[in-house]
Amino acid sequence: MKKIIYILIVTLLFSCHTDNDDNVFQVNTTFNFIHYWDDTKVTNTDFNTIQYTNANGEEMSIEKLRYLISKITFQKSTGETFVLDGYNLVDVTNGTNLSFTSTTTVPTGDYTNVVFTFGFNNDDNAANYQDLNSASWSVPAILGGGYHFMQLEGKFIDNTTTETGYAYHAIRAVDNSKTPQEFQDTFIEVDLGEVSITKEATFEIKMNIAEWFKSPNIWDLNVLNNMLMPNFNAQVMIFENGQNVFSLESITQ
Amino acid sequence: MKKWLFHISSLFIFICLSCSNESTNEYVPTPSPLQIPQFFQDNILNPIIPNSNPQTIEGITLGKKLFFDPILSGDNTQACADCHAPEHAFSDTDRFSDGIDGIVGNRNSMPLFNLAWNYDEKFFWDGKSFSLEHQAFVPVTSPIEMKSTWQEVAQKLQQHSEYPNLFNQAFGTSTIDSTLVTKAIAQFERTLISSNSKFDKHLLSGATLTPEERNGFNVFMDETKGDCFHCHGSDKNPLWTDNIFHNNGLNAIITDLGLGAVTGDPADNGKFKSPSLRNLAFTAPYMHDGRFATLDEVINHYSEGLKNSTTIDPLMKKVAQGGVQLSAQDKADLKAFLLSLSDYEFINNPNFKN
Repeated sequence: MKKIIYILIVTLLFSCHTDNDDNVFQVNTTFNFIHYWDDTKVTNTDFNTIQYTNANGEEMSIEKLRYLISKITFQKSTGETFVLDGYNLVDVTNGTNLSFTSTTTVPTGDYTNVVFTFGFNNDDNAANYQDLNSASWSVPAILGGGYHFMQLEGKFIDNTTTETGYAYHAIRAVDNSKTPQEFQDTFIEVDLGEVSITKEATFEIKMNIAEWFKSPNIWDLNVLNNMLMPNFNAQVMIFENGQNVFSLESITQ
Repeated sequence: MKKWLFHISSLFIFICLSCSNESTNEYVPTPSPLQIPQFFQDNILNPIIPNSNPQTIEGITLGKKLFFDPILSGDNTQACADCHAPEHAFSDTDRFSDGIDGIVGNRNSMPLFNLAWNYDEKFFWDGKSFSLEHQAFVPVTSPIEMKSTWQEVAQKLQQHSEYPNLFNQAFGTSTIDSTLVTKAIAQFERTLISSNSKFDKHLLSGATLTPEERNGFNVFMDETKGDCFHCHGSDKNPLWTDNIFHNNGLNAIITDLGLGAVTGDPADNGKFKSPSLRNLAFTAPYMHDGRFATLDEVINHYSEGLKNSTTIDPLMKKVAQGGVQLSAQDKADLKAFLLSLSDYEFINNPNFKN
């Protein structure tokens, strides 16, 4: 009898060991958001001073920068996906939410793509969020409702050499001149590429703020500086310029 | 063996008696959680209640009595309610309120409601106080307001026929100090919830707005017209303020630094807290310095009266033209909408009156 119990215990121990040999663990991932104007790092201590020059040649400052990141998704070559719960309103002005760790874990292993959404996709944009409402982040129903994707504000020197305000706000594009309103999706799915996760990982995501004004549309702040939310074409241009704004700077594991 | 038994029994009896003493001495006032309106609960984050100052029936009762009692002032002539009167949504009608010596300050008395939803907990027009308790602490000793000392106040309250007992009921001690006074006042102030305006009823139960009020709401929410929603909330944010500090183009030359004087950052010069747009029917005059006697003057300011300065908010657009250039009809409609945010049940609530 003792012998049988001994064999059972040894078998049990070896079974556990075999599990570990699979080398698949559930791990947390953290996403840090850093900001640049081309090669120059930007933090809120750089705000409120006219010190940047955009692609159109206007000197400008940043006074406010907030943006929404959602649906961080890990995709396997098999088609299997792991979507992290939650979303993150990055607030560079106040230096808050510059780092996001979801409560959802992902299995270690190789992923063909890690993707996040700049803004909300249409389903997420249709829901109600107390924290975002409290942050005055919602979009008026007359513009289709939902939420801002980004608020980038500051001053620029206009073509009369006057310091003038700009409010570069990104939302889902809506054409209010048509009945019913016509919409175009302007959330951006940012693909960070192939990633191998071996243990808890920290992603450093870089936003190049200068890109919002650069390519493919050279942004003229003299023409487009405010009231951009109801401007369908401006929202589409923001979407186009946003395609190369984000990049993966590093992964630390 | 008998000796051991005696020692163990003694220890057991001692422990039991100790426990029994603790439970009978611990006084707990009656909890009185805030009655959060359902559509606040549905749309915005929960209010801020400090763990060190939970709402209780006895604390709120005491806070209300203190709020209306001139005993807090140096010469027993001025109560909090003198500058924060219920009929004016806990503000007053003066441009600048005067203190017990008749000296006026340089800021308009702020109305008091929905204060527990000030998530950053920065109070006053310039954000100089962190927490409602600290806000209540300041006017008592201000030389141009109640001009007293906390030592004097505590002494007067301690010698009062009712207060020591009321403090004992609220906080389990009859030893009165500034901390307990301000805690009680803050508890009362947190109960001042305004959520029953005509527009609230429209959102909740479909109460009918006039065509003017409806158009005024659209002007408010239209980025090409009023564009008020970026700083003053929306139908999704029933506070009707972002509780953030902005330079809204009142002055070309900034003399009152506002938030800038508090933070020391020149980029904050001329910034003042966005006030809630609730209860405007009762809170004239307007702005941090009460410069506008009427809502028409306020709307005209944003329409054609903006003045440029280095810290003016980027959302103050068309500054070169003086503002957003609203039509006369849009101005009138915007005013009608703004007045629909006034809550007559709030100013007539007997729980908030002396």
